[in-house]
Amino acid sequence: MKHQEKTVSKHNFEECMKCTVCTVYCPVLQVNPRYPGPKQAGPDGERLRLKDPYFFSYALKYCMNCKRCEVACPSGVKVADLIQAARIKYDKSVPPLRDRLLASTDLMGSVARPVSRIVNGVTGLGVTRSVLDATLRIDHRRVFPKYSGRSFEAWLKRRAKEQAAFPEQVAYFHGCYVNYNNPALGKDLVKVLNALGVGVQLLDKEKCCGIAMITNGMSAQATRNAEHNVASLRKAVSDRGLKVVTTSSSCTMTLRVEYPNLLGVDNADVRDAVLMATRYVFERLEAGATLRFRPDFHKKVAYHVPCHMERLGWGVFSERLLRMIPGVEFTLLDSACCGIAGTYGFKKENYEAAQAVGAPLFEQIRAVDPEVVACDCETCKWQIEMSTGYTVQNPISILAEAIL
Amino acid sequence: MRFDTVIIGGGLAGLVAGISLQQAGHRTAIVSTGQNALHFFSGSFESMEEAPERLKTLFAGAGIRLHYSAGVRLMPLGVFREAALSLEDVSFLPDPCFADKVLILGIPGYLDFFPSFLAEGLEKQGIVCRTSMLNLPESVRESPAEIRSVTLARMFDRNWERVVQQVRLLLKDEDGVVLPQVFGLEDPSVPERIRQGIPARVVFAGTMPPSVPGIRTQLLLKRRYEVLGGTYLGGDEALEARVEGDSVRSVTTRNLDRHALEADNFILASGGFFSKGLRSNPFRVWEPVFGLDVAYDEDRNAWYNDNFAEEQPYMNYGVRTDEALHPLVEGRPLQNLYAIGSVLGATRPEFGSGGGLAIRTAFSAVDQILEAV
Repeated sequence: MKHQEKTVSKHNFEECMKCTVCTVYCPVLQVNPRYPGPKQAGPDGERLRLKDPYFFSYALKYCMNCKRCEVACPSGVKVADLIQAARIKYDKSVPPLRDRLLASTDLMGSVARPVSRIVNGVTGLGVTRSVLDATLRIDHRRVFPKYSGRSFEAWLKRRAKEQAAFPEQVAYFHGCYVNYNNPALGKDLVKVLNALGVGVQLLDKEKCCGIAMITNGMSAQATRNAEHNVASLRKAVSDRGLKVVTTSSSCTMTLRVEYPNLLGVDNADVRDAVLMATRYVFERLEAGATLRFRPDFHKKVAYHVPCHMERLGWGVFSERLLRMIPGVEFTLLDSACCGIAGTYGFKKENYEAAQAVGAPLFEQIRAVDPEVVACDCETCKWQIEMSTGYTVQNPISILAEAIL
Repeated sequence: MRFDTVIIGGGLAGLVAGISLQQAGHRTAIVSTGQNALHFFSGSFESMEEAPERLKTLFAGAGIRLHYSAGVRLMPLGVFREAALSLEDVSFLPDPCFADKVLILGIPGYLDFFPSFLAEGLEKQGIVCRTSMLNLPESVRESPAEIRSVTLARMFDRNWERVVQQVRLLLKDEDGVVLPQVFGLEDPSVPERIRQGIPARVVFAGTMPPSVPGIRTQLLLKRRYEVLGGTYLGGDEALEARVEGDSVRSVTTRNLDRHALEADNFILASGGFFSKGLRSNPFRVWEPVFGLDVAYDEDRNAWYNDNFAEEQPYMNYGVRTDEALHPLVEGRPLQNLYAIGSVLGATRPEFGSGGGLAIRTAFSAVDQILEAV
């Protein structure tokens, strides 16, 4: 008898037994009738594409890469990886200017940051948004993230000496969002880690993780960023013996999962050292470290687990951490996609679908009526704030507020 | 991370155990490798001989109403089976001849429901049958996606009144209507509203997977578990256990890598072959997390029956346990581990099949854990 145990192909596609469970949990399939769904776009389509690339469908671009199909699959098929890998392999079209701009978070940040006041003012104007809608097809109803005048990197560099004085050290992959838009989150992380006796260092030089490039047809550039980042991580992890913490679930998922699975960049030697800060802090506290909490702290918090946090399987760390803060009144929101999926919801053709995907989540948030929604993802934050009016904070920022 | 009990498997058995323990004030976690057999749930528990008030109460807490009576229910291919405890979607019929004339309604482009098979079955009972189709909006018909029960249910949840109107228009002199079980994914009241709106006896017949009532049950049970403070680790997989003497100390998972889950008690509700609670290759059958003793035939040719439609012996394979459901390793029981649900195989006729096995073994493990405290 021939033993077939070793014939599993990339992304386990032939493990699919056509049970259709993935189609139940795909948020796009629920709202966009043009999308064939994860089963057809993933393992079913792969079977055909392997026969003949002619069967590649451009409808695969409707996949948000939220990975909920993979979380739901009982057979371990990497459904979303199959879809994104097919896009990388077969989609030879040149991404439009809009997609390239949206995906270049690094470049946009370094251009916009020095003139942030002007940029923030201009992107806040209705007329600008109408122009962007008409020229680039970036939806006019979308609210843009604000840019910060000072970068986080510059702020931390000025404190390098004081950070180096702490007995223990970690490196921080801050990502584009903390660097250009929200340095306050980075500062909150520094406050929390310092309170645990841990100093924070920058990586040698980090680039955008590249997640938006992967979904916008710029895989060559994403691969260059991945190679650069893995080399930087290696210096921190192997040479300096550090753990690397992060505050964005999507950057983390990209560094750990997408690099090897989609871009073919080997991260095996550094992967385990890259941790969400909530996991790192939780593990420190579990090992006996203590934080001093403000006695008067009170906050009603509803926690939304971002899709990529679900894929990492680490929502539990943020949840546990928030629950252990004295004065936090905690609600766990139902597992659901908010609809933005990075740059997806910015595109005019996806706006309606993005809002329809997020509707049940927004409804639940209004029903719970928290003081703040907690969430580990910046694009979820933009989407939830824009769509509900509720403030969204990273769990690390809530923790920073709660400690003395 | 430390819990009172860690449950491996997030299907019916795992969720019933998790909810019961959380209600008793225990702190638990469920590790679930993808979704489970509830997605293929017929809506009925066939083997609950005595009225299981305990299960009714537990489901009611999650917002799921079960009803109990003796009777038969209509199966997807037009035959009838005895039923006892069911979701409200499932109609109990005093006997198979539930109407004189029946209108069976399919949905164009929906291939997971078989009106003509149903008609053939019902006609054997002397029922006069007519089949017809419900109309669908253009957007659904033109979609490149296969039309599935869940897509239909999401659409009908929003405009079930249109279904009622259409059925009323199609209805002639029939006193019975058969519809596919594609109603009430998020709003459990939809099937009953449809029944109320149609002036004939409405019976919902099961479809090919995924099962709409099953998914609704999964969603509501999981929500209940989380509201009670349970930790549901979805899309994760238990990899290895640390065992000392006859006790399990901790379990590691794929997503949490080095971060072990520690607990006083462990429940193995990892399912059968489909859920990978049991694994096999051409030479052996094994349980992957604890390496438990598994009862199976040494002779490979005895695993299956050449006739596909016959009962397949491999379906009975499962982990060996003592009477208290403690699984065995080399014949010795692990004292703080309980095996429940399909990982036991269908070798326990005293527990019935499928759902019955899951629930009764879950309650048995829960009672033992709570008694010991």
